[in-house]
Amino acid sequence: MKYIDEFRAGNIARKIAGKILAEADSRRRYHLMEFCGGHTHAISRFGIPDLLPGNIRMIHGPGCPVCVLPIGRIENAIQLAKMPGMILCCYGDVLRVPTLSGMSLLKAKAQGADVRLIYSSTDAINIARQNPHRTAVFFAIGFETTTPPTAVVIKQAQQLGLVNFSVFCNHVLTPSAISHILQSPEVRELGLVSIDGFIGPAHVSVVIGSQPYEYFAEEFQKPVVIAGFEPLDVMQAILMLVRQINAGRAVVENEFTRAVMPAGNVNAKSLVADVFELRRSFEWRGLGAVPYSALKIKACYADFDAERRFEIFTPSIADNKACECGAILRGVKRPQDCKIFGTVCTPENPIGSCMVSSEGACAAYYRYGRLRPRHAAASGSA
Amino acid sequence: MTILNYVIISASENLLKTPMCLAIPVRVAQLISEDRAMVDLGGVRKEISLVLVEDVKPGDYVIVHVGFALQKLDQQEAERTLAMFAAVAGDISADMD
Ligand code: SF4
Repeated sequence: MKYIDEFRAGNIARKIAGKILAEADSRRRYHLMEFCGGHTHAISRFGIPDLLPGNIRMIHGPGCPVCVLPIGRIENAIQLAKMPGMILCCYGDVLRVPTLSGMSLLKAKAQGADVRLIYSSTDAINIARQNPHRTAVFFAIGFETTTPPTAVVIKQAQQLGLVNFSVFCNHVLTPSAISHILQSPEVRELGLVSIDGFIGPAHVSVVIGSQPYEYFAEEFQKPVVIAGFEPLDVMQAILMLVRQINAGRAVVENEFTRAVMPAGNVNAKSLVADVFELRRSFEWRGLGAVPYSALKIKACYADFDAERRFEIFTPSIADNKACECGAILRGVKRPQDCKIFGTVCTPENPIGSCMVSSEGACAAYYRYGRLRPRHAAASGSA
Repeated sequence: MTILNYVIISASENLLKTPMCLAIPVRVAQLISEDRAMVDLGGVRKEISLVLVEDVKPGDYVIVHVGFALQKLDQQEAERTLAMFAAVAGDISADMD
């Protein structure tokens, strides 16, 4: 398809790889974090690590919305779905996520709960309108890309005076998670996190623009290159990061100029600001409580806030002790450093957050890179 | 009022298997109303919302995510990026203009 295939040309990828090899300084290492789960998926799927020299290592960040959703919130959604007369609408990705007892929304559905898989938030509104005698809740998750669509339906619901519709809001924010990774106390405990630069998210940046990253570049002296989702975009971004690191520069560059403006989508941002406000703290699976990292529905839209309507309380549920996700998400360890990776913990039976969706670091690694031998030279942790 | 005549089009299996985080550029085939359009997704037709974007015309490419266009794709910039790849690859023949 146009604007997809051209950005996947293997011959050009290899040529950019040649440039990276020529320009990367063999005496230094380049630890580059791609924040976004979409990049993690693309990097694994297209075998990008195989095209890179051993001293360039990709670290997979926490940018997979399903993976970072705490299990307590899945429990909440299952409880909601089981309420009499309830229709719970959700994106397909969350259906299979198991709770500690092995329950999931999919199993709840099989047991009779009315769980509807939707493609768009608009579908949830329609379901509510078509079922006026029942209650519909939209289980909203995701980063800045899915937040504007949720804001749109909350406003629509208010305009339509829909009394049987509300949203269980779980939207989280990219910039706060990046700063948490760079400065949380856990990072100090886990050891030196060695991130030399960031590949900035593609579609999150379409919405928020390139400006929010300027803080990281300045404050932490880390270069950021915003990249599109296709393999050539990622390769080019790596080359741009290598060049910045070599030159001792730390600025925000934009490789994804075909879709990312400095200010992002102003329209979408103002809609979000109208409907949502910051939560003081929100738990991220694998990262723990992250201050000011999530959104809640403003009081003026309280009628459409499922959390208030159904007085939802979220228990904090820790992952299995063996799980290394916390260290993996901060770039200190890698999936294969986890003792139960690929044995006890698999995509069919995920024990930790990174195995939950195909965009998670462990799942992507399991699916595409399981058999690849480890680069001795790239091994950061002893 | 435009949402009143919105009809749920059951998404193809394939679409539902795409991780929700992924958004893709698609061609706008036809405008249905002020803020809804039909897009062409590699042969599959799908209705999307245009409320988050402005001035979209048939033939434009938009980045679509969970049924909403998030941005219009700047075709000139796309060509410029491709030209940059070609330049990096040292392939003069692919130079644009
Ligand atoms: S393999 Fe499973 S348990 Fe181990 S770090 Fe990854 S998600 Fe956690």
